[in-house]
Amino acid sequence: VDDVKRRARGLSQFDGHDRWVVILMLGIPTLLHVGLVWIPTIASIVLSLSDWNGIRFSEMEWVGFKNYDQIFTVFERNFFQALINNSVLLIFLFLFPTALGMLLAYLLDRDLRGTRFFQGIYFTPVVLSLAVVGFMWQSVIYSPENGLATEIFGGGGAIDWLGNQSFLIPIGDRFGVSRNFVAILVAIAWRHTGYIMVLYLAGLKAVDHSLREAAKLDGSNEWQTFRHVIFPSLKPINVIIAVITVIEALRAFDIIYVLDTPRRTEVLSILTTNNLLGEGGGNVGRGSAYATILFILCFGFVIWYVTNHYRRTQEGADS
Amino acid sequence: MTTGTVTWKRKSRITPTRVLLYGFLIVTSLLWLVPIAGAIFASLRPFSDTVRDGFFSWPRSLTLENYKDAWDQGDILRKYWNTALILVPALILTLFFSSMVAFVCSRFTWRFNIFMLSLFTAGNLLPQQIIIQPLFQFYNRVELPEFLSNSGRLNGSTWGLILIHVAFQSGFCTFVLSNYMKLLPKSLNEAARVDGASVWKQYWQIIMPLTMPAIAALATLEFTWIYNDFFWAVVLEQQGADRPITSSLANLGGEFFTNDNLIAAASMYVALPTLIVYFALQRYFIAGLTIGAEKG
Repeated sequence: VDDVKRRARGLSQFDGHDRWVVILMLGIPTLLHVGLVWIPTIASIVLSLSDWNGIRFSEMEWVGFKNYDQIFTVFERNFFQALINNSVLLIFLFLFPTALGMLLAYLLDRDLRGTRFFQGIYFTPVVLSLAVVGFMWQSVIYSPENGLATEIFGGGGAIDWLGNQSFLIPIGDRFGVSRNFVAILVAIAWRHTGYIMVLYLAGLKAVDHSLREAAKLDGSNEWQTFRHVIFPSLKPINVIIAVITVIEALRAFDIIYVLDTPRRTEVLSILTTNNLLGEGGGNVGRGSAYATILFILCFGFVIWYVTNHYRRTQEGADS
Repeated sequence: MTTGTVTWKRKSRITPTRVLLYGFLIVTSLLWLVPIAGAIFASLRPFSDTVRDGFFSWPRSLTLENYKDAWDQGDILRKYWNTALILVPALILTLFFSSMVAFVCSRFTWRFNIFMLSLFTAGNLLPQQIIIQPLFQFYNRVELPEFLSNSGRLNGSTWGLILIHVAFQSGFCTFVLSNYMKLLPKSLNEAARVDGASVWKQYWQIIMPLTMPAIAALATLEFTWIYNDFFWAVVLEQQGADRPITSSLANLGGEFFTNDNLIAAASMYVALPTLIVYFALQRYFIAGLTIGAEKG
């Protein structure tokens, strides 16, 4: 019986022509995905143990953990600043865009005239290309001479919003959260809030509206209803938003790259890319070592989410 | 859904809470519009005015001159075309490939279902920068004949960008489509099998038509993501005339344009396609984001 069962779960459940069709349907996409995503991931880990300029294979040298050693000593200033920035971004995303997105979703999820209109406005930044977002913030808001932020807060003088590397919140003597990074955080919040809002709106649609009415009849105020009725039923969406937020905080790249500020705004993804494109480019080993560190930070989290998700849906399918 | 009259009554009641609520929503949405409105405003003014009076000043004159100049100087039409050559094949292949994987893994009892789906989902969650160093070296070493690539290699070619988009995006699409297909009744396949329908026929004629809402939602979403891609294009197509619009105009200053107002007009050209898709297909767009989320 066991053998029959195993057969039924393998390729032999299909015969002849169908078997080839199934193999191709799975095989071609998998080959492409594994070949261009997973094999390069493993290659990054392997190459992080090498010293190589990327030109000739014969010039590649295996140097063990030297790249990591250098990252933690010679380049520790950039590296730890990047770690701090990634962490600050993570905390910031949870505190501001996520909270605001949730609030906006909660306010819009009711019989309001113009709900779709407001929703459309908050979400627009999410669909804009970064070429556009970069320009808007660099020139319209943060232009040192005549940007909007300068005109409001400058008191007539110029403010170099994106160039000011001094620390707003120092951490120790040499690290901290720089002013230009905070300026970038504002732009990121502008783009991220609408995204979170839409996800929460979807989550709220799934919440039974009669629950809210019932709570109101019981005399709960708005906050109590939210805290004890709405929020607990949003658990699935909260998990997803937590995952999105962590991943986004770790892979943040585009806005920071486009706003192209000189220093103190680096994140791990920028350090990886700078070793390919930047002034110190062509440094495959060190770039890969940064990539591997990024991978280690993400991977546990990714695995936790994916196994959790599929175990749950599997149980759903079996029952 | 409430009936028309009830909604009307409820909506027309003016209470202090309601005024406060609208006040908050209006103020925040105005704040949200400032960067966009500022860019549009700048694009409609001559550079000399902005220099003299600053970005936020009463306009002396409004003109479409910047749009005309940006169109010519930036060679916008050519760049739209370059983008289309990447976007259209990438979009079709992504949806085609991921729907096949999702179909096999969600419609049959299959030993490696979970493993396969996990592989695709996890692959999509990895930061792109993790793979860029080896991918760049690999792309640099694959030679293509001249009619396929101006650079003679996968690096710097339209094909290279199409392939990485398909490989990367099929992760998310497989995830969403398998969630969706799982909810279609199992009896569909069984009935088809009794009728002797082949696997391909079950996929193409039975499951795919029923999956169209999810495909439509994903198509609008993926259109925007692939169009807006910045990283792959910046790294894997660093120069050449084939670059898509977003990356070639990302370094807006210097190369093509001389002033901020021209750049503003050019950036509006970049923004236009995704804005049109978003406002025309908002329903699908939001659905695409939330199918994955709700069922998760």
